[in-house]
Amino acid sequence: MPKLLLALLAGGLLAGTAQAKLLHEERSLYRNILVEEDNGRRCMKFSLRLKNPQNQSCFELAHPERLVFDYARMSLAGLLVQPKPGRILILGLGGGTLPLTLRRLYPDSRIDNVEIDEAVVRTARQYFGYAEDVQMRTHVRDARLFVRAARRRETRYDLILLDAFNGDYIPEHLMTREFLKEVKDLLAPGGIVVANTFSTSRLYHHESATYAAVFGPFLNVIGPDRRNRIIVASTAPLPDEPLLRQRAQAFASRFQALGVDVEALLPRIHRDADWPADVRVLTDQYNPANLLKAE
Amino acid sequence: MPNWLIYLLAFSSGFAIMAVELLGGRMLAPYFGGSVAVWGSIITVFMLSLSLGYLAGGRWSLNSPTLRRYGSLFMTGGLLTLPLVFFATPIMDGISLSIADERYGSLLAALALFFLPTTVLGMISPYSVRLLTEDSARSGHVAGRLYFVSTLGSALGTLATSFYLVLYLEVNSILLGLVGILLLGGLAACGYPRTRIGAAWRNAHA
Repeated sequence: MPKLLLALLAGGLLAGTAQAKLLHEERSLYRNILVEEDNGRRCMKFSLRLKNPQNQSCFELAHPERLVFDYARMSLAGLLVQPKPGRILILGLGGGTLPLTLRRLYPDSRIDNVEIDEAVVRTARQYFGYAEDVQMRTHVRDARLFVRAARRRETRYDLILLDAFNGDYIPEHLMTREFLKEVKDLLAPGGIVVANTFSTSRLYHHESATYAAVFGPFLNVIGPDRRNRIIVASTAPLPDEPLLRQRAQAFASRFQALGVDVEALLPRIHRDADWPADVRVLTDQYNPANLLKAE
Repeated sequence: MPNWLIYLLAFSSGFAIMAVELLGGRMLAPYFGGSVAVWGSIITVFMLSLSLGYLAGGRWSLNSPTLRRYGSLFMTGGLLTLPLVFFATPIMDGISLSIADERYGSLLAALALFFLPTTVLGMISPYSVRLLTEDSARSGHVAGRLYFVSTLGSALGTLATSFYLVLYLEVNSILLGLVGILLLGGLAACGYPRTRIGAAWRNAHA
């Protein structure tokens, strides 16, 4: 019987990684980290289970500057709202794809990256070309603690990118009204939050209501088949359609170099509140995010 | 007092202890993060408090045990849980501001919040064993059953809180519910007719 189980397990593993070359495997305090190469693509995967680890961050070896994932491409919609972010805060590092992209787009901007898992930072440096310099720094810390400390220092950011959720488990304290208020306090005038959020399950509604409670109306960038959703919220009034279009044209060639078609991006940006009005806001007191995601 | 009521009360205290422990992680996360160390702090403080509570409860049961005293453990445990609802935020805020290292910050916060109520609730188990034990030959059997019931309560408290209660209720509402259960349990023990206790005691000491 144990032999049969082993054979089944091994079979499942082999089937899942038939062509992929495993470059690195590490069990950190928070998750299993895998780095695999397949079809000219290198990916960082997080897994809580053996089967179906989720791609966290990928790049093409031949074109490392191109953004591979829809959600990463959609995140650039934030730049149509805040085109000149001088100070950038990124919560959740992954392979460092978005930090490196923003570093390329804005060589003069200061970028602070916050990641709770030291092992993820090491892996990003070793396999994903992530490198700190005078302008870009890494802070190994819980995002909420970093935000609270930054607020006490009265640091301000023009762009805060919230990407701390891997598909399997949500750090619930990073999804509450109180946390978003702390984040909002860190924004400079005209500053924006770009959040990679959940697009399916009941959590979509609760998360929408929570962002709306803190920021008011926001731009809802919805991906193909609703697999991804990016929220872009601002401290200033949101730009109207003509202004978005105008900025999109200005960005077109720079986005093209990143593999992002700005014309395809524009129709994905929605403004209507497509969630029920009576849905409960997530707070430090009420926040069953992981349970809601399962439903 | 019938034995099943003592078992029921011990079950409730087991339920409350683990429900509070689980909510502890939720309460501390905004101030100290969701790292493994924060859970480590909480579990350490609960284990430490329970161990001291067991010691103190066993010791106190030597000193002419009564149902009234037994009930007072529930009431005190419940009342000491109340500050979690009203003062947890300023306490955690203050500690997180003065201690930069979130490991020691969370440890101190967990001590400040959970040490007293959990120690008092920990006294309940050995005290229950004393009330239930009628002769020393059966004391192991009684202790085994008591720990079975109270630990089963702990398992159910963990499951109910993490699967269902947090889905519908705020942390503070759940805490108030637990305080209510403990106070009711205390009242039940204190208010139980003395004559019946007297009979139980004569049996116990015969």
